[in-house]
Amino acid sequence: MLGSGAMSNSFEDIEKAKTILVIGSNMTVAHPVVATFVHNAVQNGSKLVVIDPRATKLTEWADMHLRLKVGSDVALINSIMNVLIAEGLYDKQYVEQWADGFAELKETVLRYPPEDTEKITGVPAEQVVSLARLLAQSKPAMLMYTLGITEHTSGVHNVFSCANLQLLLGNIGVPGGGVNPLRGQNNVQGACDAGALPDSFPGYEKVDDPVARRKFQKAWNVSNLLGYEGLRLPAMLEGLKTKKVRAFYVFGEDPATTEPDMHHVHDCLSSAEFMVCNDIFPTKTTEFADVVFPSAAWSEDDGTFTNTERRVNRVRKVSPPPGVARPNWWIFRELAKRMGDTWASSCAKDIWDNEMAPQCSMLNGITYDRLEKESLQWPVPHALHPGTPHLFKDTAHLYRDVRFTQGRAHFKAIDWTPSAEIPDEQYPFVLSTGRRLYHYNCSSQTANAVGLNDLLSEEIVDISPEDAKRFGFGTDDMIQLTTRRGSITVRAKVTDEVPKGMVWMAFHFYKNNSNWLTNSAADPISDTAEYKSCAVRIDYPAV
Amino acid sequence: MRHVIFNNKKVEFTENQTLLDTASVAGINIPTLCQGDTCYCSSSCGLGIAENVDTGELISTCTTLATEGMNISTESTKVFEARREKLISIFSKGAHNCFTARLPEGKCAPGHLEARELEWHEQECPAKGTCTLQKLAGKHKVPVMDIPLKIETPVVDNRSPFIARDYSRCIKCGQCISVCQDIGQNAISRCSYNGTWHPTVDIEKCTHCGQCLEACPVGALFDKKAFGIAKKKVTKVQTTCPYCGTGCQLQLHVKDEKIIKVTADEDVAPNMGRLCVKGRFGYDFIYSENRLKTPLIKEDGKFREASWDEALDLVASKFIEVREEYGPDAIAGLSCARSITEDSYNMQKLFRATIGTNNIDHCART
Repeated sequence: MLGSGAMSNSFEDIEKAKTILVIGSNMTVAHPVVATFVHNAVQNGSKLVVIDPRATKLTEWADMHLRLKVGSDVALINSIMNVLIAEGLYDKQYVEQWADGFAELKETVLRYPPEDTEKITGVPAEQVVSLARLLAQSKPAMLMYTLGITEHTSGVHNVFSCANLQLLLGNIGVPGGGVNPLRGQNNVQGACDAGALPDSFPGYEKVDDPVARRKFQKAWNVSNLLGYEGLRLPAMLEGLKTKKVRAFYVFGEDPATTEPDMHHVHDCLSSAEFMVCNDIFPTKTTEFADVVFPSAAWSEDDGTFTNTERRVNRVRKVSPPPGVARPNWWIFRELAKRMGDTWASSCAKDIWDNEMAPQCSMLNGITYDRLEKESLQWPVPHALHPGTPHLFKDTAHLYRDVRFTQGRAHFKAIDWTPSAEIPDEQYPFVLSTGRRLYHYNCSSQTANAVGLNDLLSEEIVDISPEDAKRFGFGTDDMIQLTTRRGSITVRAKVTDEVPKGMVWMAFHFYKNNSNWLTNSAADPISDTAEYKSCAVRIDYPAV
Repeated sequence: MRHVIFNNKKVEFTENQTLLDTASVAGINIPTLCQGDTCYCSSSCGLGIAENVDTGELISTCTTLATEGMNISTESTKVFEARREKLISIFSKGAHNCFTARLPEGKCAPGHLEARELEWHEQECPAKGTCTLQKLAGKHKVPVMDIPLKIETPVVDNRSPFIARDYSRCIKCGQCISVCQDIGQNAISRCSYNGTWHPTVDIEKCTHCGQCLEACPVGALFDKKAFGIAKKKVTKVQTTCPYCGTGCQLQLHVKDEKIIKVTADEDVAPNMGRLCVKGRFGYDFIYSENRLKTPLIKEDGKFREASWDEALDLVASKFIEVREEYGPDAIAGLSCARSITEDSYNMQKLFRATIGTNNIDHCART
């Protein structure tokens, strides 16, 4: 999300939470092991509240399920806060001591009484009132969210709303509380920490900060570091078409499958003047490349992954890569050499111990030697520091979803805005997308593992029994889905997991991928695309 | 403080604590086949017995609560003999031909040859060496080779692509059922069979996570991919799962530089012994024939193989050319959220320090 958007707390906190509030996270599918801990907490008496348009597996264990309409999160959370303030249930002492901006928040949320927001959210007012009272009584509450919050044009506002709610309840900075995104990819945290972001160096120091630039110029022995933010992925793709970008280097990702609006993405990629890929498998994206480098895969190289609770974990080599494939860090180092720069580090341990950890204040105390003996969660500012399972005690400034500055947090009053594309006469359904259990991302790994394809080998569209009945089709019938961007014919699965008026798909396979349909409209702050909501038409039989 | 006496030693206990738990806290080992952190045992294995020294009675330590002054022996001859009888009974009901799998025909007790004919029995039992039943048999001098076998539940379920369920070896401890409930799947239940029962899985509910494999104390549930691979020279390597942001710690079982199985250790954070289907069974993508093995350069719309030097020189020279003509911001890069952190570090360093642009991103936004 916003760079260091890691969990404020840890998985071990799940059992300490009196209430677990899950928003936009189908964790039994996307983070299955975390879901088992939630199940144990529920067995031991924690309350579980699920806010999701779909009746996911998690709702079977839940005390409450608020089945909101796609894209109405801000309105719903504002209405919960409305009740907390109107009924005087919020943590007044905590708010006075720790937070600014309460007056503005109050002014805004008072415009969202549950009776009025019901028509936006579809959630009955009495359910909102019960939830607000539950949250006030049963503390601390641990809020967990995933891409159901962030993949909206209001994604950043959705995150702010989660933070507002937890601040208002006094649930930030306590074990069993916090704002906890479950991050999708195995090392998205590590990639962010390493500075694979256009606005920040390793350790989240900003490129527009002259002090940071001087620091990294010295570390890298260069004088040319630029002080303005680089392009983000959507702008890079667009730049290929406008010729602002002439050469494009894609490492280990398959944007031709996983980015929204595939026709547009393919159009951009095919405009590239020169394109390079590192990968372990040929993908749709490598087809567009001029040069493809074969990479070492997981377990063919030593290194680290950092998980969603900021835990730095070792990855160990057990076998050599196939053929002449080489580690990715080596490929980048060779390119640097051929462009005139000689880098000292000649293995991942050197890179971590001699460069990255010393350069990143939150990683200063982490070495490969320590990782042999300990499991460490950053920040670990020095060699004797035991790691930080809970943020916002001494390290508030390192967490950016909520900004504690000079020891105080700031409420952000947020108004609800609808999704970029809402259903109309021509495209009357909402299409929302996500993950399925048996595959991962573009499925280049899972589809090449023996057995997972036996469990799922194609895209499927989930649709409610009411809607399927109205069209007269059933499970396994092929139906046509069309949006303003594309059209696919895909197998239907009739299930009451999805509400009436909505269809749901994943994006694991190239054929019939939902990204032929999705909208690339993105959050103006984070540039995260609105994968969770666009307008779609159903045709049966296909036309 | 309240005490019971175990094997002439005073041991403290707390309110509502069973003798088994009391012993376990004090480090006294009472063998059970259904003991485990996830066990909701109702003394189904019948091994957790001990002798009340004062009365001479045998009692179940799993179900008897500790009371003040109880004098218990877990090692008396009576206990040993009773356990041995129980083990013989367990052995006699299943396809436990583990010690006779290679013996010539004349040397096997009745039932042992038939057991060899069953599906999945053409190789050694997958639990050989780790089987709790086998260990207890050895410890209690059970004459395994001479026990006639009458297989109560000769049922095999191969529906999962990853997990074989061979109930001919099932000892009906119920641990697979308990663990499946504990993790919230509830996919395994009891199924009546000829006056007894065996576990059965609702394949629609099952997510193939394989937690039941780890719970099975014998060779009834096992990993199909690892079947038939001898465990000699297997080393364990701890690593991090390549799927999702949970960061589960895996124990890779490695033989001849190849992963043959994946498990997890109960005392290692963050997953504490738990895994999902992808983490446990999705490791072998690295051995796929589809892997990229050599650098490729596209010529006339088609890829041809190239040497590293040729491919690297081509990319470096092209980047230099673009930078000279259009400036460093005409080059952009997308890093990988699946590869190691150090790879991302070097890629952003290549872009920032060598090429001279901040045009470096990855898919953190999605």
